[in-house]
Amino acid sequence: MFHHTVLDNGLHIVGEELPQARSVAFGFFVRTGSRDETPEINGVSHFLEHMVFKGTDQYSAEDVNRLFDEVGAQYNASTSEEVTLFYAVVLPEYFEQTFPLQAAILYPALRDSDFDTEKQVILEEIGMYDDQPAYVAYDHAMQGHFAGHPLGQIILGTKESVSALTATQMRDYHAARYRAGNIVLAVSGKFDWDTVVAQAKACCGHWPAGTPDRVTPPATPQTSAQWITRDHLQQEQVVQLMPAPSATDPLRFAADMLTVIVGDDGNSRLYWELVDPGHADGCEISLQDFEGTGTYLIFLSGSPEETAANLARLQKVCDDVTQNGITAEELQLAKNKVSTRIVLRGERPMGRLSSLGHDWLIRREYRSIEDDLKLLDAITLEDMKRLLELYPLTAVTTVGVGPLTGV
Amino acid sequence: MTDAVTSTVIDNGLTVLVETLPELQSAAYALLIPCGSAYDPPQGSGIASALCDWITRGAGDRDSREVSCELDRLGVQSDTSVNVSHMTMTGACLAGNLSPALGLVGDFLQRPHLDEEEFAGAISGVENELLGLEDDPRQKVMLELIRRYYPQPWNQPPEGTLGDLEFITAERARLQYEQCVRPDRAILGIAGRVTLAEILPEIQRIFGDWKSGGVAQPGYGSRGVTRDHLPAESTQTQIGIAYPAVPYRDPDYYAAWAAVSVLSGGMSSRLFTEVREKRGLVYSVYATLSTLKDEGAVLCYAGTTNERAQETLDVLRSELKRLGDGIAEEELNRAKALAKSSLVMAQESSSTRARSLARDWYHLGRTTTVDEIQAAIEALTPAQVVDYVRRHPADDCTIVTIGPNALH
Repeated sequence: MFHHTVLDNGLHIVGEELPQARSVAFGFFVRTGSRDETPEINGVSHFLEHMVFKGTDQYSAEDVNRLFDEVGAQYNASTSEEVTLFYAVVLPEYFEQTFPLQAAILYPALRDSDFDTEKQVILEEIGMYDDQPAYVAYDHAMQGHFAGHPLGQIILGTKESVSALTATQMRDYHAARYRAGNIVLAVSGKFDWDTVVAQAKACCGHWPAGTPDRVTPPATPQTSAQWITRDHLQQEQVVQLMPAPSATDPLRFAADMLTVIVGDDGNSRLYWELVDPGHADGCEISLQDFEGTGTYLIFLSGSPEETAANLARLQKVCDDVTQNGITAEELQLAKNKVSTRIVLRGERPMGRLSSLGHDWLIRREYRSIEDDLKLLDAITLEDMKRLLELYPLTAVTTVGVGPLTGV
Repeated sequence: MTDAVTSTVIDNGLTVLVETLPELQSAAYALLIPCGSAYDPPQGSGIASALCDWITRGAGDRDSREVSCELDRLGVQSDTSVNVSHMTMTGACLAGNLSPALGLVGDFLQRPHLDEEEFAGAISGVENELLGLEDDPRQKVMLELIRRYYPQPWNQPPEGTLGDLEFITAERARLQYEQCVRPDRAILGIAGRVTLAEILPEIQRIFGDWKSGGVAQPGYGSRGVTRDHLPAESTQTQIGIAYPAVPYRDPDYYAAWAAVSVLSGGMSSRLFTEVREKRGLVYSVYATLSTLKDEGAVLCYAGTTNERAQETLDVLRSELKRLGDGIAEEELNRAKALAKSSLVMAQESSSTRARSLARDWYHLGRTTTVDEIQAAIEALTPAQVVDYVRRHPADDCTIVTIGPNALH
């Protein structure tokens, strides 16, 4: 059963009761991320996500961690280009105890001493990803593909931008972006809706109103290729990006289906062409549907010697799909596959929370599992054809990280 | 709910365990076959992994592609993997499709085509994975730690080794199939919207003719060095530490679990607080309890920039030692709360429960109920946990590091 209400300050609350659930998942979805930063403060959204757990005037950092742990909560946070999410999953009897804490920390004290210590942790995180070539390739690909566009700002920021960041800059960013109209509270699982609303009024009713802007200029990616040479690596990691439907384009459902048919991790066109015969370690496509624009994201990994041939194989598959489309049988199999994923994921509150919150935050839209299945079933070969006409599978941005200096 | 586990052993020795979760739409299976990497022969490290891939590349009436299409048609989210003790086949689907899904598993195990040309693809897959591992120092350090800590052959990595690949032939993999892919000590865990009475006739039909005769479980050999450093060009230094713990079937297991939870259970745990929150030395630090059938280990990890690696190792070791000085009641209570919520939430997932059933049977020779585990954990006192820690201190650690410089 679906519920929705809006508080006076503009905070939207959505809830989906799952009668079979034994837990309740809830999360604050904030419409802010690296795309909402300026280059000077690149990395602030993610750094702020960490600082939230450092507590408020009422709760110290130790209190925050301890209070969540005392009820055995599974809790965490994440930052993307577009959304910062804070969530917790608890047993239903602990909801009323945990909610006030989760709500309070969204407006953290941002103490200078915590800021300085946590900066070291962020720099460690940047170092950790620097040792993971696939992430290095992704960041450079996004920077290249979205050069001059806000989506070209990487989520973690750089060592330089994070080192230079001040607590004052973070406070300003927080004051501008963390406004009730920019946040959705989503609740999924076993809960009492009246309790949720009462708690939200008590704990979030005083949050500052406002709906800050997000600039969504059109993206105009230029074809480019970049090879970042790291001699000590065994494999070459390649990331490719190509234009795809945006988060508000109805064609995104067909695009999602296309990624399953062409680039799922098993039984897809690319799997049979590259992975099954052992030419590549992995080759997958996924859809990133941002506000105002979208991309297909391809990860290809394998031996440096095979990389040129693998890129040719990849292109052959993409060209074939673009020119000749896909078959009715492929579409039907993909529908079966995705339907099961939706149903199985929907058995757990946490499995529903992400789509519940995101859909409402970005599109003010709710779809039940049944709605999702109907939507899926309604996708036709004609839709796929239209999608491929508008968004042919042609690589625009290519970045390789590994021993190669080029192909 | 928790008394809904039923079990039986069919004639060829296959153990079948079913937990009914009627509120779910799904059903899941986890089949453990005693063909893990510990069974890999000398100069054959990686054979189980290659075989695991190979048997799914065409079986029964279907070739490799038809197998995949059938799984998709049925909507089975399936996976095959190898750990040190078992080759594992798992899957989840809508409950109505469980029987045909198990039918495909039955084909993999009893009627794999094992085509020569498909073998090349399977071996390439193993090689690609190994090369990828070389580029992933976080994963590599833990694997190298286990390789030095546990006794042979229970230290053999499921991924195999690059050096042995050239010795793995289709013929040797076929032999491994004959010797190890047998039902005698295999365990099939099933959970979800299904009962044993409903599914047993199907299991008899699918697995009843699977021939027994598997090889015995390997013994325990010698161990590797206790200190090692693997030089690498990297931004961070990776640190892995292992020290002894009791295995899952030991009466002290829950005390061991609680001790590790105090160290690394939630974000208020000691390692996270001392190494990350207070000192900002790392992004990632953790300890986890690992278990073979007859012995266990605490495995710790930290990754940190090279300049701060020595300090990180020192703090980590002093925290491990400090555990023996005492544990506060509140710390143990948090561990108990974490256990309670994890146990309850696990019941929302048929896949999680199917794996737990099979794992329990392997280690204990019986199933456990959620209530039983919860009661055992609830009964723990700080004194008991500290007493356990003192009897199993972090004195003789195995330490492996990867990075530009060795630590001391």
